[in-house]
Amino acid sequence: MSQPFRRSSGGHIDRTQPITVSFNGKTLHGYRGDTIASMLIASGSHLAGRSFKYHRPRGILSHGSDEPNALLSVDWRPEKGEGRRDPNNRASVVEARSGLKTATQNHWPSLETDIGAVNDLLSPVFVAGFYYKTFMWPRKFWDKVYEPFIRKAAGLGDAPEVPDADRYANRHAHADILVVGAGPAGLSAALAASEDGSKRVILADEGFKLGGALLNDVTSEIDGKPAAVWVEEMVAQLDARENVIVLPRTTVFGYYNHNHIAMVERVADHRDNAPDGLARERLWQVRASKVIIAAGSHERPLVFENNDRPGIMLAESARAFINRYAVLPGKSLVVATCGASAYRTALDAKAAGMDVKIVDIRLGEDCGPELAEARSAGIDVLTGHTVVKALGTKRVTGVVVAPLGNDGSVGTRRTLTCDCVAMSGGWTPSVHLFSQSRGKLAFDASLDAFLPGQSAQEEVSAGACHGIYDLSEIIADGYKAGGSDTSVSATATFTGFQPVRVLPTDADPKKVKAFIDFQNDVTAKDIKLAVREGFESIEHVKRYTTTGMATDQGKTSNMNALGLVAGLLDRPLPAIGTTTFRPPYTPVTFGALVGPSREDRFEPVRTTAIDPWAVANGAEFEPVGQWRRAHYFPKAGEDMHAAVARECKAVRTSVGIFDASTLGKIEVVGPDAAEFMNRIYTNAWAKLKVGGCRYGLMLGENGFVMDDGVVARLAEDRFHVTTTTGGAPRVFQHMEDYLQTEWPDLDVFITSITEQWAAIAVQGPNARKVVEPFVSDIDMSEGAFPHMAVREGFICGVPTRLFRVSFTGETGFEVNVPVDYAEAVWKTLYEEGRKYDITPYGTETMHVLRCEMGFIIVGQETDGTATPDDVGLSGLVSKKKPDFVGMRSLARPDMLLPDRKQLVGILAKDPNEVLEEGAQVVEDPSLPVPVPMIGHVTSSYFSSNCGRSIAMAMIKGGRARIDQTVWVTTPKGFTEATISTSVFHTVQGEKVDA
Amino acid sequence: MLLIRCPHCGNRPEIEFHCGGEAHIARPETPSEMTDQHWAEFLYYRTNPKGMHAERWQHRHGCGRWFNALRDTVTDKFAATYEMGSPRPDLAATPAPARTA
Ligand SMILES: [Zn+2]
Repeated sequence: MSQPFRRSSGGHIDRTQPITVSFNGKTLHGYRGDTIASMLIASGSHLAGRSFKYHRPRGILSHGSDEPNALLSVDWRPEKGEGRRDPNNRASVVEARSGLKTATQNHWPSLETDIGAVNDLLSPVFVAGFYYKTFMWPRKFWDKVYEPFIRKAAGLGDAPEVPDADRYANRHAHADILVVGAGPAGLSAALAASEDGSKRVILADEGFKLGGALLNDVTSEIDGKPAAVWVEEMVAQLDARENVIVLPRTTVFGYYNHNHIAMVERVADHRDNAPDGLARERLWQVRASKVIIAAGSHERPLVFENNDRPGIMLAESARAFINRYAVLPGKSLVVATCGASAYRTALDAKAAGMDVKIVDIRLGEDCGPELAEARSAGIDVLTGHTVVKALGTKRVTGVVVAPLGNDGSVGTRRTLTCDCVAMSGGWTPSVHLFSQSRGKLAFDASLDAFLPGQSAQEEVSAGACHGIYDLSEIIADGYKAGGSDTSVSATATFTGFQPVRVLPTDADPKKVKAFIDFQNDVTAKDIKLAVREGFESIEHVKRYTTTGMATDQGKTSNMNALGLVAGLLDRPLPAIGTTTFRPPYTPVTFGALVGPSREDRFEPVRTTAIDPWAVANGAEFEPVGQWRRAHYFPKAGEDMHAAVARECKAVRTSVGIFDASTLGKIEVVGPDAAEFMNRIYTNAWAKLKVGGCRYGLMLGENGFVMDDGVVARLAEDRFHVTTTTGGAPRVFQHMEDYLQTEWPDLDVFITSITEQWAAIAVQGPNARKVVEPFVSDIDMSEGAFPHMAVREGFICGVPTRLFRVSFTGETGFEVNVPVDYAEAVWKTLYEEGRKYDITPYGTETMHVLRCEMGFIIVGQETDGTATPDDVGLSGLVSKKKPDFVGMRSLARPDMLLPDRKQLVGILAKDPNEVLEEGAQVVEDPSLPVPVPMIGHVTSSYFSSNCGRSIAMAMIKGGRARIDQTVWVTTPKGFTEATISTSVFHTVQGEKVDA
Repeated sequence: MLLIRCPHCGNRPEIEFHCGGEAHIARPETPSEMTDQHWAEFLYYRTNPKGMHAERWQHRHGCGRWFNALRDTVTDKFAATYEMGSPRPDLAATPAPARTA
């Protein structure tokens, strides 16, 4: 018989759809509507994992997402190959489907026989603060002994080792009202809120079936109908409303600013034959005008010796298994409780044919009507009794109980034989989302619970998470939250409990393992030790013992831990504080968070119009900001060094062609354009003639170099500004900021034209010969078109802004053409250039050539603390203008100090040694450490044109140190070098100044 | 993610905006006539209050316009957004605006 503990009828399962699931290689049988937990219980077993620290056998504690023990590795589609397995799925909420391959965690070699269980015997070693105490010293043990141990011990389950094969979707939505949780309060709230059809309502529930706790309820009636029927009717009404989106299998996991709600919808895992391409999960980001939190509550375990033995579960969970899933958690049940609600479990278990006893720590006179009802149903109830311990190892076989005297003494023990225990330590409202919203919690002593207090955002809590436990009151509270005063008449709920932190025992508490936090294996003893060692704030106790810090965020354990600490310190519970809840409410897959933003879509790559040609011609690429740029163009057998040496030679001896399209380009237009340029740049612009170019330098208001680039004046009122590749957005926004906020009187507008114009640089002694044949409407003669000039006309029949500029020192043109024509123009010029052995070159050669000329790159030589004078560009700073951005800062005393770092050349003594960029420079390496540093290397290359290595550096008072010998750090020590001027190459013939 | 009301476009998510620091610090008319101390104060000294803070925001990935906002630095709630050049609203004198959410 494959399901010996399956009841013959009832439950929210579809008996027409039998299913099988693989569990540790064995086959579990069940039905659609089951979870892995209910199938395991149907098979007669509770053993579902080993614990994290002590490797104790663990069962199923809960029926919900608060489950701390039964964590499974699940391969969702083993038939589709690798990449669909993830760890730490809670067996209690995994919707079972044929084909799932599941396995338990934290054991070796098997769940039944786990060598790690020796930790349980060594447990005196693993006391509170164990990590802090044990791994302090000796230092040399850290790498080889401690760290590997911590790493091995710190993880729950095994992380997947292959890329996630699934795809994940995301969606943004707006709602007037978002309702979290579809139990009685949430359903009522959603119905009320959507009543008049004017509001968009989203109802999300983490479960795969709506109804919340009512799914476990076979006795309550609402307005004369069974609870399950009421749920069906409510759901049907909501489904029929066009203004309502109902989302089962959707966990609201994050409550952020201004009612920004994040939730994850499980789309595919539960589906048989999910079509290829269907997203596995969908991340929803909802902006809601109002959030109604109807998240329910969590039951607390009781804390007694061996309260973690398989077969011991929460009382409401036992009821859920019996009623919702139609499985019996055993034959003989002991219900251990300090409150009323567990009596409902006892009655339902009795009605389902189980042998049931109740052990209640409360005295008979403190109990409510539940006591009489249980006794009249024939259930043996021991009031005023404590549970001293549970018996059994891999399955509970009984509990030892004892009466409590009036003085708190523990009386004569007796053993109750059983194969399952349902325990209830009272209830904790789920205030996680309210706390995430930054609302303030308020302690309610009568409920022994923190409740939502002062709100920080537009939200309201309803039902059990609001501290309301009676069914008709819950429903009324839901309606009220949704804006209605509807009330119903429902069967009275057994409510009320007497909180007890640790059940009284006559055993030596130092030898007792009574678990508070099951997932992190924290016992009452650990918390007592932490308090004894002086930890009093709950935040410190948490970190020292790790209680409440596991993936379940202490949903079942927090209140027991808090109460225990408060009791030990003899302080009121709210004085201990409560912990801050943070997203996510339950673990979220990385896949859902990342969504489609992976691989090529992780970060969009900007490519130029010339990029396809570069790919086809074997370029190696490098990322520059978001751009992909050709780094160099190796020929067969060439490494980077050889390719760059060849490219550099070619530009100096004949002609090279370079894709400069990534340079930022901004058009500055308007009657006040020249005045605006005067204020934004250090240079004077009024006298720049139309058709002229100038190298512009831009400072921040702090006086430091911000960007540079060639600026062309196309008309009296129109400038074509170029910026560095990486600086384009920054420069544009800098201009925009000043225009809008400081000088709104200036009649100027600016437009980014980076994406409109491609730029092809043709550089070298033969550059003119390559370009000239294709140009029309422009006088190309030297006299008419000198260096640092711009002309508008046509090239290859398409419009061009043709710049006569050079960043190499050679004769150069920058052919700006509309991007759609750029590749064709490039190819035409390249074909013509073959007559002169034209050489395409990349960014590396561009860098070497400009360094040979001593031209700086902003962001390489400068680091946000360099003034124009520091980098030898004081000649670009107008002395005549009354003001420009950054001018006043240049006059601050610190900006004029003689020992500021200044740009110089630096030549290694060994001409074949290429210094490291970023290397520190010192005067005397024999000085004691720390050796005073006088500067650092900013750019360094091997220059084939110079026949040696060259470098630039920023050196304190550098211009006064020319020819001084210095020492530069290397990976091995120091190397000798000489300070020089920063111009390394003299161009023959035509003289250009960039 | 904050929800910010651009005075020109309405409520938009924070990801579309860029914060430009404290508002109502006008660039001096004649910087060259300022003392080093006053210039340093203009450049670097900011109030950094706990509570209501007037700050510059730009709807960078929307209309591109700069505007000012009053934001509570404790709760992140925006009390007002207003156009560049307008004076800081007197919150005590006006009824509380509708919540941004
Ligand atoms: Zn806008």
